[in-house]
Amino acid sequence: MNRIQNKLSENKKILSIYFTAGFPNLNDTKSLIENLVLNSVDMIEIGLPFSDPLADGPTIQASSTQALKNGMTTTILFEQLKNIRTTVDIPLIIMGYFNPMLQFGIENFLQQCQETGIDGLIIPDLPLEIYLSEYKELFESHGIAMIFLITPQTSEERIRLIDANSDAFIYMVSSASVTGSRDSFDENQLAYFERIAAMNLKNPQIIGFGISNKTTFEQAVKHQKGAIIGSSFIQFISKNGTDRIQNFIRNIL
Amino acid sequence: MNSTYNVNEKGFYGDFGGAFIPEMLYPNVEKLREQYLSITAEQSFQDEFKALLKDYVGRPTPLYYAKRLSEQFNAKIYLKREDLCHTGAHKINNTIGQILLAKRLGKTRIIAETGAGQHGVATATVCALMGLQCIVYMGEVDIERQAPNVARMKMLGAEVRPASSGSKTLKDATNEAIRDWISNPEDTFYIIGSVVGPHPYPDMVARFQSVISEEIKSQLLQKENRENPDYVIACVGGGSNAAGAFYHFLDEENVKLIAVEAAGKGIDSGESAATSVLGKIGIIHGSKTLLMQTNDGQITEPYSISAGLDYPGVGPMHANLYQTQRAEFIAITDDDAMRAGIELAQTEGIIPAIETAHAFAVLKHKKFEPNDVVVINLSGRGDKDLNTYTNYFKL
Repeated sequence: MNRIQNKLSENKKILSIYFTAGFPNLNDTKSLIENLVLNSVDMIEIGLPFSDPLADGPTIQASSTQALKNGMTTTILFEQLKNIRTTVDIPLIIMGYFNPMLQFGIENFLQQCQETGIDGLIIPDLPLEIYLSEYKELFESHGIAMIFLITPQTSEERIRLIDANSDAFIYMVSSASVTGSRDSFDENQLAYFERIAAMNLKNPQIIGFGISNKTTFEQAVKHQKGAIIGSSFIQFISKNGTDRIQNFIRNIL
Repeated sequence: MNSTYNVNEKGFYGDFGGAFIPEMLYPNVEKLREQYLSITAEQSFQDEFKALLKDYVGRPTPLYYAKRLSEQFNAKIYLKREDLCHTGAHKINNTIGQILLAKRLGKTRIIAETGAGQHGVATATVCALMGLQCIVYMGEVDIERQAPNVARMKMLGAEVRPASSGSKTLKDATNEAIRDWISNPEDTFYIIGSVVGPHPYPDMVARFQSVISEEIKSQLLQKENRENPDYVIACVGGGSNAAGAFYHFLDEENVKLIAVEAAGKGIDSGESAATSVLGKIGIIHGSKTLLMQTNDGQITEPYSISAGLDYPGVGPMHANLYQTQRAEFIAITDDDAMRAGIELAQTEGIIPAIETAHAFAVLKHKKFEPNDVVVINLSGRGDKDLNTYTNYFKL
């Protein structure tokens, strides 16, 4: 059982936090992760910044642009994470777009993930079909879980296919949108959460996009295993810096 | 016969192409992939498409024998007059096709990206024609340098939304259009303006533009008693006019294809848009292609004096034509393009778009035989560029 499966088998709802590596400052990565762990966060998504993040709204776009200005690169990220497993044992996931990984070399990237102790990857623009035909074996041989997105528009057949080819969790995008925060979910979204829960998938589901506060977190974890918060966390650290994270987490849990 | 240079059943041209898209776009792109060939093959579609190209766009566009230019360069030079299309460029061939497709798919809201504004105008035009809502994303920098086209879009009833991220040009306008499509998956159709984006867009756009080379063939037969020229020359940003001009010659290996990219201030100046030379294989806007990027895989900002050529990628068909050496790629600087533009104006009485002027600059770089038949795709007219020409030449 890997770290993600272990964590998801615990009898509790999961709070996962996303942040963009290199933001607000280039070298915040390690202390941010340790700080999140201290504040009882269950899982962390480390965003590898990209110049053209198609699936992201203005908040994550701006943090990516700033991170790149600060000098963040794939190589630097792996250096920063080098000894992270001496202090941190919760699941760590890298979320990034495919092109920077392609330039780093996919095998090299997976190798670095394995050595660093990264558990899984979320790559929004690497589609299922290409993953299955070209990369699945490579991911598996490095022990790296690939995490796929589904949306309210994803067909049942495709969700079953994704479920069959996942072994960590399924990332449920809460609505047809790019990343960004909202105050509450509407009826359609709640019905979608319920519909997916009723499919009895083998993988637990974690909801992301639009989670920003206690209300949206609780709506999300009513039927699903957990929720991911990104944009509103980034807004918080932009405004308050990285040393008052407890205030943010206290407002969610 | 299987074409080496056309798209395969998986959406690839050799190593290039595919659909590297977020799951949010999958249902729309997949539906389009399943249906674009069958819908466009329907008789009713073909009838409507051809009628509009004829009576609304003004096709066939002339294949004009440029006598003075031919004398100057000692070859038989023909100009394919796409500049005479309604709205002033070849772009409308594609927007007519895509809007007919969008209607058949039941879509009511149209989005588009635009660089020079030609595709935006062509999209706004067909939306007005069909009575559909139209939103055009355009980089803030381009809005500034292509003001006449912004005004045209507004007059046609379109909403022009500025893209203010990144370099604030075509790449960023495309990002914004894709984000809009992610957020509006049910009612919206994305009319992409070039042979870029996820499969099936590159193939679909190439097919709609292929009318250009189809006409060249029949027109040459009448004028020269042969279907195939010795050369076809076209400028390439994303590459839609070149794709259309090359399409029916791709497998005619005796036809030399020349793709002309924008060198900007020079290939090594750091301010260029010559993707074939400066790019490495990568992924942009859902397509695996040659891409200008840093070693770390961040997409870099291209530069050209022409807003229609400063795209950091190139369509996957062209990436494959480059890699297989089926086409010769030549990069032309701003200065050479501007000179070629004013020379065409004063030799043949035709003011070309600055994008198109790049293609004419090639004439000075190539040696032709006196009987060589050379077709240059005159992809657009220069009205939109008068300010740039005026400032450059202090007219």
